[in-house]
Amino acid sequence: MSGFARQTAIAGIGATDFSKDSGRSEWQLACEATLAALQDAQIGVEEVDGFALFTMETNPEIAVARALGIPELKFFSRIPHGGGGACAPVQQAALAVSSGVADVVVVYRAFNERSGHRFGAGPPPFAYTANTDQEYRNWINPYGLLTPAQQEAFLARRYMHEYGATSEDFGRISVLSRKHAAKNPKAWFYERPITLEDHQNSRMIADPMRLLDCCQESDGGVALVIVSAERARDLPHPPAIIAGAAQGVGPQQISMSSYYRDDIDAMPEVELVARQLWAQAGIRPDDVDAAILYDAFTPMVLLQLEEYGFCGRGEAPAFIRDGHLELDGRLPINTHGGQLGEGYIHGVNGIAEGVRLIRGTSVNQPGKQLDHVLVTGGSPVPHSAIVLATDH
Amino acid sequence: MTGIPHLIRTQDNSFFFDAAAAGRLEIQRCVTCGALRHPPGPACPACRSFAWDTVVSSRLGTLHSWTVLHHPKDDAFTYPLGVALVDLEEGTRFVADMSGFDLDALEIGMEVEIGFGEHAHGEILPRVFPRGAAEGVATEAGGAQ
Ligand SMILES: [Zn+2]
Repeated sequence: MSGFARQTAIAGIGATDFSKDSGRSEWQLACEATLAALQDAQIGVEEVDGFALFTMETNPEIAVARALGIPELKFFSRIPHGGGGACAPVQQAALAVSSGVADVVVVYRAFNERSGHRFGAGPPPFAYTANTDQEYRNWINPYGLLTPAQQEAFLARRYMHEYGATSEDFGRISVLSRKHAAKNPKAWFYERPITLEDHQNSRMIADPMRLLDCCQESDGGVALVIVSAERARDLPHPPAIIAGAAQGVGPQQISMSSYYRDDIDAMPEVELVARQLWAQAGIRPDDVDAAILYDAFTPMVLLQLEEYGFCGRGEAPAFIRDGHLELDGRLPINTHGGQLGEGYIHGVNGIAEGVRLIRGTSVNQPGKQLDHVLVTGGSPVPHSAIVLATDH
Repeated sequence: MTGIPHLIRTQDNSFFFDAAAAGRLEIQRCVTCGALRHPPGPACPACRSFAWDTVVSSRLGTLHSWTVLHHPKDDAFTYPLGVALVDLEEGTRFVADMSGFDLDALEIGMEVEIGFGEHAHGEILPRVFPRGAAEGVATEAGGAQ
């Protein structure tokens, strides 16, 4: 077990509404989500002494600290790679708190991603900066691969070719997410389930990915409060113990275009994260009772099921068809409706759902006891994930 | 207006764009251990040598994967747009847009050839054509056809 494993917990979660036009500034969304998470944890705003964020977050910690009158920050960090890094700020927070550098660390992600800049519309504003960070675009953007869906299509096509997976296999993830979202009043697609036929009839975006293989674009914010496990035990909610938290970069990693590896539909960075998590938490894949798998695009959910060892290579389609991902199955996933159904808050809404699963308060709470819940960040980019555990 | 960013030219990759403008596909080669690499970079991931030169590719390859893009549409292309990930004979891979294909009949393993054509900001860059149908390739005299 790693030194920081099980020493900290997520004690508070908070969110704004998830919409297509929030009508307020991203800065306000970040502040609202932060206050909601602190309220949930019953921790005073002035006690916050750390923030851990994404580099893509446009609301810096000093802006939120200033707006909310937080007097002192002792720890602040930013993690790159967008949704791939979604769970990494939780690792930062856990490291900071377990090492004594900070006591109350807030993680937030807030944006007007639908009414403002849409990630699905083309390269983000920072893509136009001529530096090493963006140099990889030379080898994809001039040839038409401009959006995440377009850049991930090669992997999905290759996976279908190698293992006989079909568009329907991808579509089952979308149908499952929308089924859960239909019961979640916070979800954009509340009471709007879809059928596999709807998925098959949805228009092609980047062959083989259809519209209903792609997550939504959303306005909104989510925040998390991380404190020591010891303190969390004295707070109102059952602690979501951070049993593992890991990052991973694999061989010849390129952002969303690691096309030059032998197997482009394998994601060694995900396997690396899995290996660390199991070691930190002292568990095996069989011990994971439920999961929130990052679902910007459905094919990546199948690849993650395999990289995390829930099934063998090429077996995800059969694993899904056998019903293992359903609420009464071996591994219920994306019970909030995922980013396909609830909202796209860059994966952080999935971390909040992981906490609800541990608390037993998901609107789609599985019937069985949940001791360990896996929450993952995006792929195929540098990856991150956490294991949340019930407190025993 | 196109949303495609301008090329980011560096000391590591300018050779590629200069060669493409002249109708040649070049691949970076480690002088120390001989390993080919693409996309270009300053050092050899196999032996960490900074010494490199280039080889001229046969431009022949097969489809390792492909996609046909429908949405969103950029002004630099007409859609649906085929984009290929090509396994070159030399062993490296290459991404480029496709021209001259029946997009309903694409198959992994299909034989293709790299040619050249004008792209978003007027640059001459590689493009993937059916085998034997490549346009814009340098003649033996060195100029593009
Ligand atoms: Zn070398």
